Amino acid sequence: MPPGRVPHGAIRPRVRQVGFVPRNAQPEPRARARPYPAEAGSPPLADSPASNSLSPVMIPPPRHLSDNLSTFRTPAVPVPEATRRHAGHSPVVGSYDPAESLLGTSSPAPSPPSSDRLIGDGEFSDESWLRRSNSAKLASSFPGGGFDKAVSTADLASNVSAKNTTEKGEGTALEVKNEAIPSSKPLKVKTTKSERRALQESQRAAKAAAKAEGNKSIAAASGRVTSVKAAKQPSQKKDVASAAPSVAASEKKGSDRAPEKDRKKDAPPPRMQFDDKSRVEKAKRRAVVNQTEARNRVELFRHLPQYEQGTQGPDLESKIFQLKPMHPAVYKVGLQFLAGDISGGNARCIAMLQAFQKAIKDYITPPEKNLNRDLTAKISSYVSFFTECRPLSISMGNAIRFIKNRIAKLPLSLSESEAKALLCSDIDRFINEKIIVADQVIVRHATTKIRDGDVLLTYGASCIVEMILLYAHEIGKQFRVVVIDSRPRLEGQSLLRRLIAKGLSCTYTHINAVSYIMHEVTGVFLGASSVFSNGTVYSRVGNASVAMVANAFRVPVIICCEAYKFHERVQLDSICFNELGDPDAILKVPGRMDVNYLDNLQNKENLQLLNLMYDATPSEYVSMIVTDYGMIPPTSVPVIVREYRREQLLM
Amino acid sequence: MPDVQTLVNELLFKLKKRKIEGSHATARQTAILLRLVISQQRIPYTHQAAALIDAVKAVGEQLVAANPVELAVGNIVRRVLHIIREEDLSLSTVAMVGLNVSAVSDDEGDTDQDDHPVLSAAAVAAASRNTLRPPSLQTLLEDLPDSAAVPHTSSSGDDSEGKSKSADKSSRSRRLKHDVIEAVNELIEDISTSHEQIAEQAVEHIHQNEVILTLGSSRTVLEFLCAAKEKKRSFRVFVAEGAPRYQGHLLAKELVARGLQTTLIADSAVFAMISRVNMVIVGAHAVMANGGVIAPVGLNMVALAAQRHAVPFVVLAGSHKLCPLYPHNPEVLLNELRSPSELLDFGEFSDCMDFGSGMGSPLLHVVNPTFDYVPPKLVSLFITDTGGHNPSYVYRLIADYYSTDDLVLQRKPAPVN
Repeated sequence: MPPGRVPHGAIRPRVRQVGFVPRNAQPEPRARARPYPAEAGSPPLADSPASNSLSPVMIPPPRHLSDNLSTFRTPAVPVPEATRRHAGHSPVVGSYDPAESLLGTSSPAPSPPSSDRLIGDGEFSDESWLRRSNSAKLASSFPGGGFDKAVSTADLASNVSAKNTTEKGEGTALEVKNEAIPSSKPLKVKTTKSERRALQESQRAAKAAAKAEGNKSIAAASGRVTSVKAAKQPSQKKDVASAAPSVAASEKKGSDRAPEKDRKKDAPPPRMQFDDKSRVEKAKRRAVVNQTEARNRVELFRHLPQYEQGTQGPDLESKIFQLKPMHPAVYKVGLQFLAGDISGGNARCIAMLQAFQKAIKDYITPPEKNLNRDLTAKISSYVSFFTECRPLSISMGNAIRFIKNRIAKLPLSLSESEAKALLCSDIDRFINEKIIVADQVIVRHATTKIRDGDVLLTYGASCIVEMILLYAHEIGKQFRVVVIDSRPRLEGQSLLRRLIAKGLSCTYTHINAVSYIMHEVTGVFLGASSVFSNGTVYSRVGNASVAMVANAFRVPVIICCEAYKFHERVQLDSICFNELGDPDAILKVPGRMDVNYLDNLQNKENLQLLNLMYDATPSEYVSMIVTDYGMIPPTSVPVIVREYRREQLLM
Repeated sequence: MPDVQTLVNELLFKLKKRKIEGSHATARQTAILLRLVISQQRIPYTHQAAALIDAVKAVGEQLVAANPVELAVGNIVRRVLHIIREEDLSLSTVAMVGLNVSAVSDDEGDTDQDDHPVLSAAAVAAASRNTLRPPSLQTLLEDLPDSAAVPHTSSSGDDSEGKSKSADKSSRSRRLKHDVIEAVNELIEDISTSHEQIAEQAVEHIHQNEVILTLGSSRTVLEFLCAAKEKKRSFRVFVAEGAPRYQGHLLAKELVARGLQTTLIADSAVFAMISRVNMVIVGAHAVMANGGVIAPVGLNMVALAAQRHAVPFVVLAGSHKLCPLYPHNPEVLLNELRSPSELLDFGEFSDCMDFGSGMGSPLLHVVNPTFDYVPPKLVSLFITDTGGHNPSYVYRLIADYYSTDDLVLQRKPAPVN
């Protein structure tokens, strides 16, 4: 060893004395851990939350590790976790340690003393925990044992049963829990440990069974383990998870290390990918709206839903009396989405929220059910109906998240009518604060950027840009407006009509001529459907081209967007996430009799029609984003997203 | 003569009324008309070339004025003028060689003399024309001062020649006309076969599984893609429809008919799709001397998007589209605004666009330009019928096709001193 390292080595023990040992000593844990039995033993003790934090993927390693390391006796795995947890879980009992560590390490080997002791410790805590964990284990290990062939259905069954157990368990245990949180904490530690043991054993069984079957069933088993996790969740996050079980169940991550809990939960669940055949099939069976898939879909966009349009409207209208669970207001708005009668981010969002409001007003909690949970499930079913009618916009997703959050946070003490009134006022407040007032603020901000003599360019029809232009005109600013439009929606014409009616001087042209007209333009105002946290602006297709040309001509591009449309997702291109419109709209040019080259070619195998709805404007083309929080550069979007999220949670 | 004049008027009318559009059609019509003009032109004994040049210029001036945006017309007029000058030069050198006149022998004549000492005059004329035409560096370097000196020999410096060759006059004048007409025929042939010559190069540029984007419709692009398809290359084509003329629909139809995997997209989706495209191949309206392109409207946007995603932007242009002018403010000066009815229904907005309403200026303007200017820095490659070229090389190509005296057609050339 070189002489330089000697003092380094000499320092180490001192550091260890201070108590930050495990983190520093991580590289060589076993040899280091041995002289400190108390600390080495502590990890398994604090293991119970950590055991939950192990994601299904991570479960096998400890077993292997313990198999290999049983001689070492000290698991080196969760060391950093342990130190972190240590502060939270004060009761460190020295006598525990050997058993705990044994439990942690040699779990596969049946060790009667430790399990004995466990039960002895755990029995004064509510039985339901054990029972529940057992039943969950049963449910999960059951298909793992014998019915591997019917994987998907078994999986579903296990899911259902897990959920049932949760709910049942909630009914009995939750009240007890709620009162006895502080006292039962250490006990719960033990029970979850037993759960973990059970889980590991079940997994072992599953694995043994899977040995013959192959890898596929392992995956299934791990999936089942996840469902067990989901069932187990309420034990950890009491109020949040128990109040919104479906939310918790839907994001199966279930891992809740205390500091990362919120962030994890905030991460959006993976979107449905429509090139995944089995999931599409599953979704189709549930679907209310039976859409026919468009022919000749574009290869690049297989992952997006693409349906023929205009066929299911009458069919759905006739079904209105058959669809019992759907509230008529929701149904109506859904049909309007489908027909395209309501379009535009804000309009759709407000329509949806108001439909929810009506549905909530008419909502009656079924007997034997909890308002929080049942209403959340109801809202979820409405949301999936809306999604079938037309894919949700990001802003709608944010609004739904808000509602679910509010429902989840409803105090249990409220009566049903009070809760409903509270929710309705919350929704009103959301519409008012996040959309209407926000728009007014944006208008005030943006008009400061309009000077006399300006030539302002806008694309399509953004309602916020329209409000800005009208307000600036109202307060007497002298400017000209260039409205750029594009096929197939030609939304600019309606904007043009409204602007001219108000007496604004306008120039109208199509998107191809944007570089012709850009010479005379002094500013570009664009709306947005959403702004992602890498600064990408997600908006009506064509905005990116306009912004690019403006950038090439050194014209500032100002994006106007309410902060509730911001999203923490990131995106680089317009392909991974998008929406496809009616392909026939591309084919037909209304009002032009001379353009009919493609009239009877729809069914040609090698002709595809692509009607993209949105595109992503890279942040370097954006000079400024005007939001209700002020005027920010695109690099500041993640800041707004974070702060906004916090505020929304507090609201 | 009168029948020529009626034909000229007819073409003028067509050009003015935009009955005939597209650089290919106009170029061809112009060349045919000029051939007629030349064949009908009565040739004086002296200054034959000058007389032809004057006649062609007079007609060309009218044609260019009829539709100044149709740059191909001017190109063809200049090409024909260049041909006349060239033929005249080669004839004069051949005559000199044939008569063995040592008094006026110059260096260029010597080189020709060494090559073909005993050939017939016609054969030598053809040979020297051929050596003049193709753009090899040798001929460029040697002939450039010569072509600059053409007016000298043909118009003002003719007297010395005239004296020495008076016996040969009548046959020579007929030969000049004949040669010029033959060369113009070649030019017409070139124009109509430029598609094929460009298309022949397709396989060199398109590989298997390529994704190609194009906007609007161009016959050259269609032939180019189909040529690659015929060579068993399989690739996909995204066609932007090219509002407001929607020529993309036409191109898509043709491509589908020929069995190519075609996807039709809206113009607004170009930016979204270009990240998945390997190459942009478009046609042009005209290629300017600086390498800039006058192209169908929308292509500047496409070129910018292609540059952003580092996608090669390839322009196909026949040599009749090479324009020897340098553009100044081409977006405005070399553009044409079409009817607003292509964008808006008149019924709905007619009251807003009405100038007669007494409000002074109308509230609504509708802008519908026909062309875009793509600056040379956005173009990766030109593919012409003579091969692929960089934008920075275009000025050099132009020097092969045009003589510097013809660049300005509008007024009579100042007498050379």
